[in-house]
Amino acid sequence: MSALSGRRRTEELGLGVLALVIVASGYVLLALSKAPELPPGLWGFMAAILALFVIAHLAVRRWAPRADATLLPLVALLLGIGFITISRLDLAVRESKRVAPTQALWTAVGVAAFIITLVVVRNVRTLARYRYTFLLLGVIALVLPLAPGVGVELNGARLWVRVGPLTVQPGEAAKVLLVVFFAAYLVDKRELLSSGSRRLGRMYLPDPKHLGPLLLPWVVSIMIMVQQKDLGSSLLFFAVFVAMLYIATDRSAYLAAGAVLFSAATVIAYKAFSHVQLRIDTWLDPWHDAQNQGYQLVQSLYGFGSGGFQGTGLGLGRPDVIPVATTDFIFAAIGEELGLLGTVAIIIGFILLVGSAYRIAIQARRPFSKLFAAGLATILGVQTFVIVGGVTRLIPLTGVTLPFVSYGGSSLVANFIILALLLRISDENATDAAIEAEHEARRIAVEAAHP
Amino acid sequence: MNRAIGRVGFAVIALLLVLVGQLTYLQVIDAKKLADDPKNSRTYLKDFTRPRGEIISADGKVLAKSVASKDEYEFQRVYPYGDLFAQTVGYQSVVVGSTGIENEYSNVLSGRDKSNLRLRDIGDLLLDKDQTGNVVLSLRTDVQLVAKAALGNQQGSVVVTDPRTGGLIAMYSNPSFDPTPLAGHDPKAVQAYWRSLNPDSGSSPLVPRAYRERYPPGSTFKIATTEAALDTNTATPESVFPTIRSILAPQAGTPIANFGNESCGGTLEESFVHSCNTTFAKLGLDLNEKFPPRLAGFGIYEAPPIDLSPGAAVSSGPVPGTFNDNKPSFALAGIGQGDVAATPLQMALIGSAVANGGTIMSPHVAAEIRDGDGKTLSTIAPKPWKVAMPPTTAATIRDFMVQVVQRGTGTAGRIAGVTVAGKTGTAQSCDGCAPHAWFVAFAPAEAPQYAVSVFVEKGGSMGNEATGGRVAAPIAAALLKYLLGK
Repeated sequence: MSALSGRRRTEELGLGVLALVIVASGYVLLALSKAPELPPGLWGFMAAILALFVIAHLAVRRWAPRADATLLPLVALLLGIGFITISRLDLAVRESKRVAPTQALWTAVGVAAFIITLVVVRNVRTLARYRYTFLLLGVIALVLPLAPGVGVELNGARLWVRVGPLTVQPGEAAKVLLVVFFAAYLVDKRELLSSGSRRLGRMYLPDPKHLGPLLLPWVVSIMIMVQQKDLGSSLLFFAVFVAMLYIATDRSAYLAAGAVLFSAATVIAYKAFSHVQLRIDTWLDPWHDAQNQGYQLVQSLYGFGSGGFQGTGLGLGRPDVIPVATTDFIFAAIGEELGLLGTVAIIIGFILLVGSAYRIAIQARRPFSKLFAAGLATILGVQTFVIVGGVTRLIPLTGVTLPFVSYGGSSLVANFIILALLLRISDENATDAAIEAEHEARRIAVEAAHP
Repeated sequence: MNRAIGRVGFAVIALLLVLVGQLTYLQVIDAKKLADDPKNSRTYLKDFTRPRGEIISADGKVLAKSVASKDEYEFQRVYPYGDLFAQTVGYQSVVVGSTGIENEYSNVLSGRDKSNLRLRDIGDLLLDKDQTGNVVLSLRTDVQLVAKAALGNQQGSVVVTDPRTGGLIAMYSNPSFDPTPLAGHDPKAVQAYWRSLNPDSGSSPLVPRAYRERYPPGSTFKIATTEAALDTNTATPESVFPTIRSILAPQAGTPIANFGNESCGGTLEESFVHSCNTTFAKLGLDLNEKFPPRLAGFGIYEAPPIDLSPGAAVSSGPVPGTFNDNKPSFALAGIGQGDVAATPLQMALIGSAVANGGTIMSPHVAAEIRDGDGKTLSTIAPKPWKVAMPPTTAATIRDFMVQVVQRGTGTAGRIAGVTVAGKTGTAQSCDGCAPHAWFVAFAPAEAPQYAVSVFVEKGGSMGNEATGGRVAAPIAAALLKYLLGK
C-alpha cells in the first residue's frame, strides 16, 4: 500500500468516526427529549453504525485504496442524520407503521451493494463495453412500473414494482444505467456532435442522424412525466442528459437547445396535463387551497418557520404533522427540529459531496470516466436541488428522494452504487497519476543518463 | 472537457447555494410569521401534547386530568364527573376550543405560567414533569350532587356561594352535558357530538345558564329595590304603603297587579314579607333616576369578575337617564321585571351582599394553585368587588328576609334549628308561559356561611302553578340543610 492510499484511508476513518460521533449524539439527544435516560438500544445502535462504516471502509481499503477520503464520511453523516430523523418520526406513529428498522436493513443492503460494486467493477471502462445492454436494462427499468400486474401506483405516481413482499423503484436503477449509456454513447459521438457538417446561417449543425438519438432522453423524460406522473425524475433525467451533452461537446448551443426543449415541454405539459398544472398552481399560491392541494407544502413551510434559526431540538417539534415526512419532506422535518443550522449544515454536506464528485470527474484521465463521474455528480446535485427546492417552495414540488437522507430502499441502494462508482473512478485517477508520475520520473532519469 | 465540467459543477453548486438563501428566508426572515400563523397546527398542538395539571374539587375529587393516549397527541383529557362540572370546569378540545376553568387557568395547567412553579432537579427539566400546576376549586362535588338531585329534571340553575369569601361552593345548571367526548381527538366524532348538543340554539346544554343566561328575577329583585329605597331615604322600614290590588304607572297601558290579584300593602316590611308588587312598583317610580346608581352598587350593568372563560353575562336594569321617557320601566324594575334581567349568579351576589354586611366579594371558582406534589403555591385571596350598602341597611333587609321565611311567601325555605333568610320570586317569562321560580336565601341568618340562588325555568315540574315559594324555596332548603348538617 502506497503512502497516498495509507494517508487517505486514515483520513477517511478519522472523518468517519467524527461523523458517527455526531450521529450517536443525535440518537442520544432524541431519546433524552422523551425521557431522562439513555436510549435502551444505544450500544447496539452504536455497534451497528460503527460496524457498517468500518466494513465499508475496509472494502475501500481493500478494493479502492487510493480513492477520495471525504465521500464515505460525508455519506455516513447524511445517512446518519436521515436515520435519526426517520427514527424521530417513528416515535409519533404506531409500531406497525415504523420504518426505521427497514431503513437500517436497507442501509446494510446498500453497503453490500457498495462492496459488490467495488469488487465487480474493477475498471469503469469495462462498463462502457456494455452500453447497449445498460440502455436496454435502463429502458426496461423505466417502463416496468407501467406493466400490468407488477406495477404499483402510490401517492398518485406509478413508479413502483412489487417483488414479493417489497415494492422497489426500478427508476432509481435506471438513473445509473442510463448515465452509463449516455457517457459511453457521448464519448463515441462527441467529435461528430461538436463539429457541424451542415451549415445553417452562421451555425454548423451536426448530421441529423447523430442528432436523432439525442432526442431519446427528451422523449423518455416526457414519457416518465405523462405515464408515471413523476415530474421529479423526468426533470432529473433531462437535466443530467443535457449537462452530459454539454460536457461531452463543450458546445453551449446544446444547453440552449435543452432549455428550449424543456420550456416547450413545460408549457405543453401545463396546458395538457391537470397534474402538472396543479403542481405549478400550488407552487405559485399554496395558501389558496391550504387544506387540500397546498396542504403538504404549507405544512412543510410551517415546519421550516417553526424551526427557525436553531430549531426546536430533536424530538421537541411536531414534524409528524408534515405529510410523507420520512421521504419527500424529510428536509422539512430536519428544518423544524435542527433549524437553519441543521439545514445549512446538510446543504454544505451535499456541496462537499457533489463538489468532490466533480473534482473526481476533472481529475479523471479518460473521457468516459470524466463524463461518467460528471453525470453521477450531476444526478446527486440536481436531485438534491429538485427536492429541497421543492419543499422550500423555491421551485414547484416534485417528489424525489433526498439522496442518502430520505427513507427508501431503492434510492439508498442506487445511491450507494453511485458512491462506489465515484470511489472507483477516484481510485483509478490516483493510480493513473501515480503511473504517469513514474513514467515521468523514468523519462527524466533516462534523459539525465543520455543527455 | 474539464472547463465544461467545471462550469456544470459550479452551476450545480450555485443552485445548492440558492437553497441556502431560500432556507434563510424561510427560517429567519419569514420564520415568525410562519410559526405564529393561526393555521399552523403546532401552536395549539403544543397545548395538547404536553402534560397538563389536574382540576380538583374542594373535597379532593379529580374533576379533570390527562391520561396517556396512544395517538399523536400523547395525552387525552378526561372529566370523570361528566356533566356535573361541565359548565364550570369546562373542556379543552382540539376541535371546538376550550372553556371554563380549562380556558381561564390554561397557563397554570399547562405549565406555561411558571411564576408559581420551580424546578427541583435535572429530571424535571428534561421531562417537563411537575412543571404543570393543579387548580383546586372551591366547588364541592357533594354539594353539586345535592344541587343536581334537587333540580331533578327541571331546567334551571343552582348557585351556592360563601358570602364571606366569594368562593362558589356549587354552581350547576340543568341541562348539562358530558365534556369528555368534546375532548376527543377524532374531529368527526367531536363534531357529531357537538352538533347533537345544538350549539346554536338558546336552549343548548352547552350554555352555562347559571352565569351566562339572564332571566327576569321577579320579586327576588325587591331586595335591591328595598336597599335603594332605604339608602336614598325614599322610604324607611316604617313607611306605610297603600293596600291595593294594582297600580297603574304613568305612561303605562296595563296596571301592575299583586300576585293572585290580591290586596297587599302596609309597612315596607309587610310589603316585603308578602311581596306586594304595588309597593315596589311605586318605589321604582319614587326612586326615579336614583334607582340605577343603587343597582350599579350590586354590580348590575357590569359582568361579575368570575374566573371562568368565557366570563359571566352582564345583568341589566332600567336604563339610566330614561325615567322621564319610560316610567313603566322603572315601575317594573321595582318588581324585577321589564328591563331587569339577571343571571342566577348575579342574584346569588345580591343575596351575598345582604349576608355579608353589604359587601359583595369577587366571585371565584378556583381556590388555590398547587404543584404536582400537592403543595400549595398560591391561594386566591378573597377581595371585595362591590359595596352595595352599609351594614345597617344589610341588617334591616336580613331581618325582612328572615320574616319572609318565617311567615311570608318563603315558608318552604324553613329548616329546623337554623334561621334562614330568603326572598321568593315568581317572574313572568313570556306570554302564556309558566312563570320562572326563584329563591334567594342565606343561612344561618345571624352569621351567614352560605348564600344560595335557585332558579327554576318556566315553573319546572309545577308549570303554571309554580311560585318561587313552592318550587325554588324547597330546593334552597334542601341545599342549606345539607350544608349546615341539619
